[in-house]
Amino acid sequence: MSTIEKAPLVGGEALGVSVHERRTMLISVLIFIAAGFVPLVFDGYVLQLSISVVMYAAFATSWLLFSGPTNYIALSTAAFFGIGMYVTAAGIDLVPYSVLIVASGVAGAIMAAVVGLATLRVSGVYFVIFSLGLAELVRQFMTWGQHVFGTLSGLYVTVDRSEPMYYWQLLLLTGIIYVVGWWIGRSRLGFALRIIGNDEVVAVHCGINTARAKVVLFVISSTFASILGALIAPRWGYVEPVVAFNPFLSFQVVIMALLGGTHRLWGPLLGVIPFTLLWELMSIQFPDQTTLLLGVCFLLIVYAIPNGITGLIEDAWHKRGKTDGSLPGVLQRLLNSSAASVKSLLQRGGIGNA
Amino acid sequence: MDIVIIGLLLGGTYALMAMGLQLQYGVARIMNLANGEVLIAGAFGAFWFFLGTKASPLWSLLFVVPLAFALNWAIYRVLILPLVRRAKNQGKLEVDSILATFGISFIFIGIMVAAFGAQYTDYSYLSQPIFIFGERYGLNRVVSFGCSIVLCAALYLWLHKTRAGLALRAVSVNPSAAGLVSINVVRTSALAFALGGAVTAAGGVLLSMYLTFDASYGVVFTLKALIIVILGGVGDIRGTIIAAFILGLAETAVASLIDPGLTLAAAYILFMVVLLVRPEGLFGRRTA
Repeated sequence: MSTIEKAPLVGGEALGVSVHERRTMLISVLIFIAAGFVPLVFDGYVLQLSISVVMYAAFATSWLLFSGPTNYIALSTAAFFGIGMYVTAAGIDLVPYSVLIVASGVAGAIMAAVVGLATLRVSGVYFVIFSLGLAELVRQFMTWGQHVFGTLSGLYVTVDRSEPMYYWQLLLLTGIIYVVGWWIGRSRLGFALRIIGNDEVVAVHCGINTARAKVVLFVISSTFASILGALIAPRWGYVEPVVAFNPFLSFQVVIMALLGGTHRLWGPLLGVIPFTLLWELMSIQFPDQTTLLLGVCFLLIVYAIPNGITGLIEDAWHKRGKTDGSLPGVLQRLLNSSAASVKSLLQRGGIGNA
Repeated sequence: MDIVIIGLLLGGTYALMAMGLQLQYGVARIMNLANGEVLIAGAFGAFWFFLGTKASPLWSLLFVVPLAFALNWAIYRVLILPLVRRAKNQGKLEVDSILATFGISFIFIGIMVAAFGAQYTDYSYLSQPIFIFGERYGLNRVVSFGCSIVLCAALYLWLHKTRAGLALRAVSVNPSAAGLVSINVVRTSALAFALGGAVTAAGGVLLSMYLTFDASYGVVFTLKALIIVILGGVGDIRGTIIAAFILGLAETAVASLIDPGLTLAAAYILFMVVLLVRPEGLFGRRTA
């Protein structure tokens, strides 16, 4: 046992579960169970807000599965979400809802495989560009298809579900995404992806089939986004191209994950909770300026906290041993380190000497 | 026949806008996703000028181009350069600059919505017909095409006949080697970035003469410009121009033969074919 406990976790090859990991798992399960009680305690506005938080947590974590280790920014969440919604809306009168949830996942997986095979073999930038326009592309095809086949532009989805039920469904999916993410992190695949993220050339020389690894992960990540579409569709009730394929969603997901930090599985959670609350507040205060605010948030994160909240916490934690480790001390250093990164950027940038 | 001519007319303007991105991505190595917003800002500049003065929107080039140049210069110096210096490698820089330019593009959209509103905008200038080979075309399209060809040619000559243009091309081939022959790489990159923004804004002025646009339409142009640049090969002006015409023709063909709503799909299919068959573009250098 003792050797396993001391085994470094970087390799992902260690088959045993260390004490540290077991503790993390226990805490995660406790949080998960505690989160399950939310609908029993709260209702109305707080419950709605909680549904948003869990939904975005699922989005951001599934996004992270692929984009976290590889550093490939995927902007295709909205496209897969829309696909899931449409599969559900199109089949709701024909087959049971549970079948549609699976079908949405399959449809998303197929599209992700096609897109991945075409774009992930070459450099990352092309993938980013392709994923950026994917939602718009699918939307154009959908609109055209509905036009050609003469159906209405919107579809109704009616499934009898109460608000707590939505919450639990989303929470369960988030839990599944976490388990999958944890499992990938320990597998050979996860190890391969971390190497790809650090240096793709090295990965190729290690004999890793980089294209295959990237495509597999992209498929997994996108499948979850499609399933989310199937879960949300009945809550919205009415599905039409402009709503289902709204690119804004992709950006929100990226920004939440970045805010939390992309190098830890639990990073997005730390981004999702503050951002959802902040966003709720801002879109009530400045309903016409959401795009501008989103832009400002993007810049703030890129310049001030490039490693996200988890990065700040870990920096502060590592410095703890040298000075004082009390909570106020750690918080103080959190602020210091984010201020320091802005300052060093300003000094290195053109502002000082231009 | 009219598909070919409309496609070529469209391709001419696309060439100008893609040249802007080519300068930014090919020389300064910044994947600028706010490129389309600069184009739309140029279009709004022309619109505002035309409404105010009733003079030809082409005159607005006189203030749109220098303004766009100054603005993009400032963006490069203040926002992009710190990222270039911070980045450990090209991959990290790409991620950072993509995210930062996203932020910039959203801020652009937000400002334009606040200033001009979110509705579709267009104006009518030179909308009388002109006859080419017996078919009717909008005079504004032809004038816009002519202007953009003149600008493209000027840019091409400047890049190939002047010392500054030579420096730009040197940085495009290899930034660190360019530094060795005493080219100021930072200044040259900033120049290329600013010039790229100015050229794109000029493209926006020309497009605004016959196209309906709104504040959030920029991303479509960013995508089109990117597809053109990749199709033609990064760092190759010739390839960009040819690719722009190919895209113009493909879009027009799809719009008139299948459905006008599928233009982006046409561009994307073209993009996918290129990625599968020739990822380095038509004229691009194959890298290791």
